[in-house]
Amino acid sequence: MFFPDSFEVSLPSDREIQITRDFDARRGLVFDAFTKPELVRRWLLGPPGWTMPLCEIDLRVGGAYRYVWRSEKDGSQMAVGGVFREVTPLERLVASEKFDDAWYPGEALDTTVFVETRGITRTTITVLYESREARDAARRSGMEYGMAAGYDRLEALLPTLTGGPA
Amino acid sequence: MTFAALANPTRRAILARLVSGEVSVNELAEPFSMSQPAVSRHLKVLERAGLISSGSDAQRRPRKLEARPLGEATAWLETYREYWETSFVRLDGLLSELKATERKRERVARRKR
Repeated sequence: MFFPDSFEVSLPSDREIQITRDFDARRGLVFDAFTKPELVRRWLLGPPGWTMPLCEIDLRVGGAYRYVWRSEKDGSQMAVGGVFREVTPLERLVASEKFDDAWYPGEALDTTVFVETRGITRTTITVLYESREARDAARRSGMEYGMAAGYDRLEALLPTLTGGPA
Repeated sequence: MTFAALANPTRRAILARLVSGEVSVNELAEPFSMSQPAVSRHLKVLERAGLISSGSDAQRRPRKLEARPLGEATAWLETYREYWETSFVRLDGLLSELKATERKRERVARRKR
């Protein structure tokens, strides 16, 4: 069973972006899928048409991680890395996040929490930026990537916005 | 600021109402069974976020949509959603596979015992 409807993106504060999703698997498996390079490489592939040639994770406090994605179309690359600040196996990860071509000032802090209820694992990722300006800059870049479709979709999106949760 | 403005269901409903054209504060207040000052407060938030502006009629001061910032905000959220959702659907598939492997391993272990 899959729970695509459990997926939520929210903005809990001026500096944060939060993503929540339920997975039909025990916490141990979900935790592995987020922390073992050979597993991460199979799902965290970036935008369509991109691959993940490099995925390194040194899962311990002070250990580093590094992800590199490459566009198969034009060979351009995107890379992010950081250091683990907190590692509580199966439960909680806190790590810094900095993209090579950082388009937002400073580092962001990613907190990932796994909570299992009756075999279903709710995963919550919270990205905390250094400032509202940084979050907005990160936001704008993601926006450019989807801009082409954006304006056309405005009208189609409005009903969704109206009906959606606060 | 755009997102704080969009975070409120009443404000989203006001925006949806404005899709059809300019609407006065009075007309906006009606369907929400809300006082005019309350609606005005929501309008001020939307105005500060650049999502709406005052129309040409100085007497009625109707409000109208500013499509560009709203389009940018919604486009970003949708793109972000799509990006993660695609990844998470792949993760769903991977987890099913891991569960199947685990079950198989357990069956083999039981047989060995």
